[in-house]
Amino acid sequence: MIEDRDTLLGLWQRMTRIRRFEERASTDKEADLLEGYIHNYSGQEAIATGIITQLRADDWITSTYRNHGHSIARDVPLEAMTGELLGRTTGVCGGKGGSMHAVDQDLGMIGGMGIVAGGMPIAAGAALAARRRGQDRVAVTFFGDGAVHQGAFHESMTFAALFNCPVIFVCENNLYAETTAVDYHLIAGSVIAMAEPYGVHATQVDGMDVFAVRDAAEQLIARARYTGRPALLEAMTYRYGGQYEGDTQTYKPPQEVAQWRARDPLLTFRRRVTEPGLLTHGDLDEVAERSRVEVADAFAAAALAPWPDPSVLLTDVYTEIS
Amino acid sequence: MTRELTIKDALNEALRQAMEADDDVVLLGEDIAGGAGRDEAYPEAADAWGGPFGVTQGLLGQFGRDRVMDTPIAETGFVGASIGMAIAGMRPVPEIMYVDFIGTSFDQLLNHAAKLRYLYGGKVSVPMTVRTVTGAGFRAAGEHSQTLYSLYTHIPGLKVVAPATPYDAKGLLLAAIQDSDPVIFMEHKRLYMTTGHVPEEPYTIPLGTASIVRAGDDVTIIGVQKMVHTALEAATELEQQGISCEVIDPRSYSPLDTDTILTSIRRTGHLVVVDESHPRCSLATDISALAAEHAFHDLRGPVRMVTGTHSPVPFSPPLEDLYVPDVPRIVDAVRSTLDQGRKGAEAVAHGR
Repeated sequence: MIEDRDTLLGLWQRMTRIRRFEERASTDKEADLLEGYIHNYSGQEAIATGIITQLRADDWITSTYRNHGHSIARDVPLEAMTGELLGRTTGVCGGKGGSMHAVDQDLGMIGGMGIVAGGMPIAAGAALAARRRGQDRVAVTFFGDGAVHQGAFHESMTFAALFNCPVIFVCENNLYAETTAVDYHLIAGSVIAMAEPYGVHATQVDGMDVFAVRDAAEQLIARARYTGRPALLEAMTYRYGGQYEGDTQTYKPPQEVAQWRARDPLLTFRRRVTEPGLLTHGDLDEVAERSRVEVADAFAAAALAPWPDPSVLLTDVYTEIS
Repeated sequence: MTRELTIKDALNEALRQAMEADDDVVLLGEDIAGGAGRDEAYPEAADAWGGPFGVTQGLLGQFGRDRVMDTPIAETGFVGASIGMAIAGMRPVPEIMYVDFIGTSFDQLLNHAAKLRYLYGGKVSVPMTVRTVTGAGFRAAGEHSQTLYSLYTHIPGLKVVAPATPYDAKGLLLAAIQDSDPVIFMEHKRLYMTTGHVPEEPYTIPLGTASIVRAGDDVTIIGVQKMVHTALEAATELEQQGISCEVIDPRSYSPLDTDTILTSIRRTGHLVVVDESHPRCSLATDISALAAEHAFHDLRGPVRMVTGTHSPVPFSPPLEDLYVPDVPRIVDAVRSTLDQGRKGAEAVAHGR
């Protein structure tokens, strides 16, 4: 349990920013103000926040189409996120990627992969390159429970274990592979059980508790950084929304969301810091309100931001225009 | 009496009728029913989804989980297993949720499904129909918007079908499922809600037969899947300018109905191919080459291709709209080939 006030407020700021951002994206999508797919991260804030705040600025990250939480935890400016969701020049990818690819390469975020499990071997390779080049950088690859049936999962664990890649595989087990329940599809019973046969050290953690996630991440990251060995963290969590905004979610049992909301990562954080008097409700409310305003301002700014110039359609296909 | 259905419902009806007619027809894919594993605890979950576009919705109730199989996210596994089921006497219909996801199963299609019959002396066949979803215009960015028609068409042993109307969707899907070879059946995400006449009874449309969707005399426009509709709009506009367009939907790219295409080109003397894919090594270049090789002396103007750009599909709406061919670009291409042809004819007449 961390007691440093600034650290606590930093965690709270990121989690509230993510939650407010995702709530706003959800309502804007419902109101037809956003085009394309939006994959909501609400409910999983403690994982992105707990892990990414333990990384160094030069560490690598691969994310998925459900990337808003990872990017905001990595401190991608909110206006760069909203700009990307609206396809504007101010977007973190200049509007070319949209919501599913809204990550910042300049912050070591290699991708928000649109294909399930796509980032795992790439993260292993980035980790290997760091080691080969005498750097002590690590890579973290985020994925969901559905991704563990892809060949890429198994092949990258074997690769990482065999070649000593300091990569941390982070499974955000949110109980659904798209719309299919984990208790149906996960024959192994857990994701950690799938890692161990490959020689990948694996730990399970409560993904609704940012402190537990931070502690687990600290250990695994240090372990990877100093031994060069891969590890896997399975963070148990829940996706409050659907696979994407507009998904009717009829496959979820009626009481399930409420049961998990009772363990909400923001509520849990509030209780954990106010009960021992580390922070007051006033402290938390102030930051939460600032996050709300920041998100609102960022969406407002993006709506006024310029569209990309038509010439941009053909730039960056290659390093140099041929 | 005319019964109107959407393409989505026409496909659903085709699957239902194929499954009613033949117990060996089974569906496999990610979330094609939904609620897997919860049938007893929470029956309402069953069949709640029917895939992201609802094409397979309602089939679970009639056919059960043995024939409507929700698979893990493991395309190599379920596409490869479909090949094995096909060899062993069944007619599986696996679904790749978006064509972009096919990369994870491509070895099974490229090296096994496509080649088994040939490499083993014709002793085996793979009657499998892989349904998948194509197309831009959905603001889904570069990894959920591709078409990839030519990627499959290039590979001998695979058949490639891409319907543009509800009538064709049903007839071609039933034909694909009855076919003895592996068929890649491509459904455009922006066409699912397109409506049109669909007979209730089962019927098939032979693979490899093009459809002349609009008869005309001055120019042949070949439209690829959704671009058939854009080409028809352009043809209506060009008619007002006194230009008569013949619009052809090949419907199937492997096999390709070269006779219908070449007959039309020989008669009109002008060809415009409209394909939203990237331009290089595409159906547009393939059909253009067909004309250059087999109808060269009948062409009275340059072949024009109206395609997407040599770039991934961008997310940003104005950029994506630039990417996808539209009516003005087709109109320009038609006018351009006709103008060039006229100038050439005048030059010949004046002995230049």
